[in-house]
Amino acid sequence: MTKVTIYVTLRESVVDPQGIATTDALQKMGFEEVTSVRVGKLIELEMDGSEQTIETRVKEMCDNLLINKVIEDYRFEVGEVASR
Amino acid sequence: MSINHEPTAEQVKEQRLYLQMGMTEGEYTRAEEMLGRTPNYTETGLFSAMWSEHCSYKSSKSVLRKFPTEGARVLQGPGEGAGIVDIGDNQAAVFKMESHNSPSAIEPFIGAATGAGGIIRDVFSMGARPVALVNSLRFGDLTDPRDKFLFEEAVAGIASYGNAMGIPTVAGEVQFDQCYSKRPLVNAMAVGLLNHEDIQKGLAAGVGNTVLYAGATTGRDGIHGATMSSSEVSIEEENELPVMQAGDPFIEKLLMEACLELVKSDALIGIQDMGAAGLTSSAAEMASKAGYGVEMNLNLVPQREENMTAYEMMLSESQERMLIVVKKGREEEVIQLFTKYGINAVAIGRVTDDKMLRLLHKGEIVAEVSADLLAEDAPSYQKESKEPASFAENQAMENEEPQVADLKDTLLDLLQRPTIASKEWVYNQFDTGARTSTVLAPGASAGIIRVRGTNKGIAMTADCNSRFIYLDPETGGKIAVAEAARNLVCSGAEPIALTDCLNFGSPDKPEVFWQLEKSADGISEACRKLNAPVIGGNVSLSNEVNGVPIYPTPTIGLVGLVHDLKHVTTPGLKQAGDAIYVIGQTATEFGGSELQQMVEGKIFGKSPAIDLDTEVKRQNQLLEAIQQGLIQSAADLSEGGFAVALCEKAFAADGLGVDVTVEGSAVTALFSESQSRFLVTVKPEQVAAFEQNVEDAVKIGTVTDGEQLVIKDAEGTVLLEGTVEEFHAAWKGAIPCLLNSEG
Amino acid sequence: MKFAVLVFPGLTCDLDMYHAVEETVKQEVEYVWHTEADKLDQFDAVLLPTGTSYGNYLRPGALAKSSPACQELQKFADSGKLVLGVGNGFHILVEAGILPGGFLRNNSLKFRSAEEKLQVENTDTAFTKDYAKGQTITLPVASEFGNYYADEATVEELKNSNRIIFTYADENLDGSTAAIAGITNEKGNVLGMMPLPERAVEELIGGTDGAPLFHSILNNWSEKHVN
Repeated sequence: MTKVTIYVTLRESVVDPQGIATTDALQKMGFEEVTSVRVGKLIELEMDGSEQTIETRVKEMCDNLLINKVIEDYRFEVGEVASR
Repeated sequence: MSINHEPTAEQVKEQRLYLQMGMTEGEYTRAEEMLGRTPNYTETGLFSAMWSEHCSYKSSKSVLRKFPTEGARVLQGPGEGAGIVDIGDNQAAVFKMESHNSPSAIEPFIGAATGAGGIIRDVFSMGARPVALVNSLRFGDLTDPRDKFLFEEAVAGIASYGNAMGIPTVAGEVQFDQCYSKRPLVNAMAVGLLNHEDIQKGLAAGVGNTVLYAGATTGRDGIHGATMSSSEVSIEEENELPVMQAGDPFIEKLLMEACLELVKSDALIGIQDMGAAGLTSSAAEMASKAGYGVEMNLNLVPQREENMTAYEMMLSESQERMLIVVKKGREEEVIQLFTKYGINAVAIGRVTDDKMLRLLHKGEIVAEVSADLLAEDAPSYQKESKEPASFAENQAMENEEPQVADLKDTLLDLLQRPTIASKEWVYNQFDTGARTSTVLAPGASAGIIRVRGTNKGIAMTADCNSRFIYLDPETGGKIAVAEAARNLVCSGAEPIALTDCLNFGSPDKPEVFWQLEKSADGISEACRKLNAPVIGGNVSLSNEVNGVPIYPTPTIGLVGLVHDLKHVTTPGLKQAGDAIYVIGQTATEFGGSELQQMVEGKIFGKSPAIDLDTEVKRQNQLLEAIQQGLIQSAADLSEGGFAVALCEKAFAADGLGVDVTVEGSAVTALFSESQSRFLVTVKPEQVAAFEQNVEDAVKIGTVTDGEQLVIKDAEGTVLLEGTVEEFHAAWKGAIPCLLNSEG
Repeated sequence: MKFAVLVFPGLTCDLDMYHAVEETVKQEVEYVWHTEADKLDQFDAVLLPTGTSYGNYLRPGALAKSSPACQELQKFADSGKLVLGVGNGFHILVEAGILPGGFLRNNSLKFRSAEEKLQVENTDTAFTKDYAKGQTITLPVASEFGNYYADEATVEELKNSNRIIFTYADENLDGSTAAIAGITNEKGNVLGMMPLPERAVEELIGGTDGAPLFHSILNNWSEKHVN
């Protein structure tokens, strides 16, 4: 079993209302050094398959469902699932 | 918390493990005696949940008996998921209000959301389509960061669930007081509609019939929620808190549609929500009510986590689950029905004739307890009741006016009090128009939903002025019901029945129990006079932080019937030239008023007085005048008194103002919170007819063109004037302003 | 004329749309459950209601792509018949790639339910012929994701082809790109909009400014189906 971690972020050009509000809140709370916050999503998958097919399949999943490319970018990491 | 090695029955007894489950020594002994043996760990868990205040009303039963619960319209009183009242044409309104205070104090978004989810299930488990939501919320002052957080998150949580279910929130109230700091009240009410023949009950009847489990899987979330909700929350102990049950409105929506299809099937025997105390309460109550037993194989319960014990499964409060009894041999078609909606339904047991709740797990009987013993035989406590010393002191005080320097500044300050200020920030987060039947949305005196296919409407409101109840619980209890009724009458509806949420401090404090008793007396008397029985409700005790109880807050959720939608009346001024009337007398009554709290920083003295006969007379006369088409606009006078109500009538209008004259002392005339008063406007040509119908109405002025607000005294001297806009801006901006401020 | 109200799992406001058709154009209307979308070709127009579907999980409208109904919807749109998606229906059209753009959380970060003034930018469409050019109308909005996003090139293209049908006339509170409230596809037979015309078809529930949209749809169909 392989664990895939997908990091979803808003595209650079897209204004992030959550990020702006969070920046503001952090600064108000005394974390003045914060200049920018971007809020994204973390998607964790557990799946079967060889390393190569996994890369291709995950990319397809992202393109077809997990990500809206108009507003979002992504990258992902492939690792082993810790045995339970 | 995975318990692989469960304590034995003896260990539970010797190490007094039942104490951790919320059972007292006496309760454990009672359980042991009535069972005739030492209960094992799982069985002790069943007792602790079913004998919690939340499920058994052991401390409040004696108080609840005071309420009138019968009436010509009542089809189902207290005791089921929700109460039902007849609204004519073979239709009925189904409703109930419930608290979710403890979870909301810990995790306000999830707590409030699941509160909404739970009450919606209570309504559709009766076979009714939920058509509207109402909420009643209490928070500490918005200057405290934690209270601000609780407020923002609880509102968002309620909104998220109701919106995702497509059920409009059409009414509600929010009040703020230091006494609710860190201990918010989140009371949610759902209203549904059904045809008489579709009424369902939570009954497990008919030997051999099949017990089905439908909905979300069972996890370790919310274990002991029922016992927790009956105890004080200490913020410092957050690390030790049990896992909160999270809500999934998507599953609930699918579950609701499936259940509403199922109620049309004759395969269905009974259905009940797995709410507080989950599988335990639904199974025990359904068996006990029907006079049968239930046997369940817990291996078959759909589980979210591995290695769950019987104890954990029985006490889990995972959300969005229903227990259903169907006719033997019809299981497959019912399961198919659920599958169509993407909901998992499985047979987990059967109805027996031995009146026992019997649980099997991994091939063994893990619990075997009489269903009645769990559901009916909880101890009942007559708690000690004692009038607090402060009551006599407050009663002995003379009614006095708070010192006010400038009338206009005072009015502007009052309009910015969060309890009085516009709640637009709150209700703009609710999808108020879903189902396209909302005739009156939040912002009016009451919410009104049309009943499609008829010319009728269902009106609803939630009200409770806890400051009055704190000063004088009996009078305050009467006022809570009367005020709710006023809000309905102003909107053109006849009050027909109510539900309540009794939010109090610890019943072990004699002074708190006295508040509970006295307010119930007041509520009961008002219900009788107003002919509005109590058809269901909920008790939430031990609302305390650091041992200090909240103000007694028995929230009233009142439902009324609009006989013809053309009677629907709103608070806003309608036309220049209309006459303005006050119905009712104004006296110097400031005990518990918003002005007293604002000026003195505390409340004291006598609460405003109320005479229920006068109240009923005025309500009846106003409602008749509305039904005869004699009223242009109507509002009741509540927090902040006359001046605030007058402003709100102007805020709700477009380009209109008022020119009015008041008698007597200005502070009393403008800000007193005397009861049983209304502010109405009447077309000039209908003034004579109106005056003939409504005895206690006094003309005080006229609606004017141009947005000017002018209040004069009897000599014609201007007491207060300004543009509607300057008052409106203060009122509208107050809550967003407080939320945006730092700290 | 025959309308289909396409119902995805967990969809909440199908009833609003159904009643709007009954209330305004009084034509045949039927709920079509997403697994039965292969029968859409029997209908003259498909309506995608607002509210929530699939719990609005992942992104509103996204999970609808897992339903075969999305391909059927694409086929229906390609056939040139009319598709109206409001609110969540607009989200689905965008996620399915039938309309361009994407949706972000409202600027307020909160669900926002309010009445909005809209400018009818293009009255030369099958959906807006019954409005007057430049008319300002008031419709309710109710969404947490009303913040429409499109990149500059897309907005340019939408503008140049007159495909921006409604814009917010007063304040653009949710933060939509170019104050866009509603757009069509290139052919002009698919309209997506965040404001909710189906909730403004009776005085009793707050106005009738949404009614002309339904009448436009019927009139457009009637013109093409004389006899």
